Amino acid sequence: MSKPGLYLDGVSVVFDGFRALNNLSLVVDPGELRAIIGPNGAGKTTMMDVITGKTRPTAGTVRFGDRDLTRMDEARIANLGIGRKFQKPTVFDALTVFENLELALKAPRDPLSCLRWALGSAARQRINGVMEETGLAARAGDPAAILSHGQRQWLEIGMLLMQDPDLLLVDEPVAGMTDQETEHTAALLRRIAGTRSVVVVEHDLEFVRALGGKVTVLHEGTLLSEGSIDTVQNDPRVIEVYLGR
Amino acid sequence: MAVPARGGIPARTILRGALIGAIAILALLPVLNQLPAESALRVSDFTVAVTGKWICYGVLALAIDLAWGYAGILSLGHGAFFALGGYAMGMHLMRLIGPRGVYGHPVLPDFMVFLGYRELPWYWLGFDHFPYAILMAMVVPGLLAFVVGLLSFRSRITGVYFSIITQAMTYALMLAFFRNDMGFGGNNGFTDFKELLGVPLNTQGARAGLFYAALALLAASLLLCRYVVGTKLGRVLVAVRDAENRVRFLGYSVTSFKLAVFVLSAVLAGLAGALYVPLVGIINPGEFAPGNSIEAVIWVAVGGRGTLVGAILGAFSVNALKTWLTSFAPDLWLFVLGGLFVAVTLLLPHGLMGLFRKVAK
Repeated sequence: MSKPGLYLDGVSVVFDGFRALNNLSLVVDPGELRAIIGPNGAGKTTMMDVITGKTRPTAGTVRFGDRDLTRMDEARIANLGIGRKFQKPTVFDALTVFENLELALKAPRDPLSCLRWALGSAARQRINGVMEETGLAARAGDPAAILSHGQRQWLEIGMLLMQDPDLLLVDEPVAGMTDQETEHTAALLRRIAGTRSVVVVEHDLEFVRALGGKVTVLHEGTLLSEGSIDTVQNDPRVIEVYLGR
Repeated sequence: MAVPARGGIPARTILRGALIGAIAILALLPVLNQLPAESALRVSDFTVAVTGKWICYGVLALAIDLAWGYAGILSLGHGAFFALGGYAMGMHLMRLIGPRGVYGHPVLPDFMVFLGYRELPWYWLGFDHFPYAILMAMVVPGLLAFVVGLLSFRSRITGVYFSIITQAMTYALMLAFFRNDMGFGGNNGFTDFKELLGVPLNTQGARAGLFYAALALLAASLLLCRYVVGTKLGRVLVAVRDAENRVRFLGYSVTSFKLAVFVLSAVLAGLAGALYVPLVGIINPGEFAPGNSIEAVIWVAVGGRGTLVGAILGAFSVNALKTWLTSFAPDLWLFVLGGLFVAVTLLLPHGLMGLFRKVAK
């Protein structure tokens, strides 16, 4: 495989004495679709923050292929091919749907290139394709500010697709979506995985089942269980801390 | 909002017409100034001089709006870039006085003779050339903006903290320029200029020429800013303004984008200052006063931030109000200015341009 995998080795994050992550080790293979579940405060979002450079780990290493991510800032990590969708959808309200996707489109990121940027037909086609995929084609010219919550989710997923990343980190993608939209999202993520790695943080276990990949359960910042959805659902430790409640 | 008024084709047409009309009227002022004194249409020297000053303020407002309205960088120190550009031009004008000073020294300006300078300080060399002075009017503010911007943006200093740093910057420069041993004329600054590009400054022709130069700078700056905000660079700036962190996760280096727009903005402010000085005939450290920078930000807020044209409109209308009010009640001005800012913030968050768009709909 030429695509890089993701390796977390003994990662700890301590905030004022609180261990948000505690010696967490995790490997996501290239092309894998991985779901991360766990109760609130298990460290799911902190893990995403560490991978994307928002938070520096107190100890441990994070590698993407042979690149050490712990020394890079957010922009460099993003340019290595790691895209992130946030739990609370964050899009650019003053820009239109089309412009949001255009900004996310993989292209040179320096100011001078942006000044000279001309939207070619290939780029336009890609943006139109993603708008079809995410059901936003009719909203192309609308500012993101007036989209519904579900549409903002789709727009952010669309922006992730535009970046053409090798690793997608997706935080609670189906919150605020209808059942039908949830199914569509699961299908989309399954299709994306295979050519690239996808890590999904989600509370909705039906959705996690629909994804069909390996599941990692986090608890108190450390790895509690790992395996298929049936394996972890039957793991007594998991039942105790998470599912049984 | 970066997006033009939605579905407002008539509003845009009206706006464009008004803009062209305004520029045409401005361009006519020096012509009307040539009319005989008894003509009803004659415009006084004072009107031409004051309007020329406002045009320079318009460029400064445009520069602030580019950084604040689009990239969300609220600089409360743009008066410093304006003043530095003004000092660069002032140095050129001082060199052009030559032996016509009170002391008649062939090279040294009067204040240097008075302070006992033997020769020109090294940083005055080259200012006898006009292109060099114009270059410095851009390079010095641009370099200062680069250094202050790099240190701040790299450390992710944003919002009010950045505003405070820029206030401190202009205040520190004011104190420095007040000192006689800085070699910039201390608290008197520079004045008593004689000529520019071979034309005596006290002639109607020179005033008209400077007026048109300022108008050309304003038009060119407006076109440049409109071009920049219309590119993908402009859209990245808007994204930085609204969700800076999100932009980073898309792989854009927020620092370099902020730095680019802040430096461009400082260069425009410097050029505005360079044209302002020959128009008003004086530059002194008072131009660095922190209040000046705040006043310029109020122009932009009154006109409507993030609209470019609004910034110019704000600069003109607030200064018109100031000129009118200070002619009979100068003590009231600061209260009116403060009240204006509060009123606009509370009642007209999109300024005069927002009001115009609402009315047009």
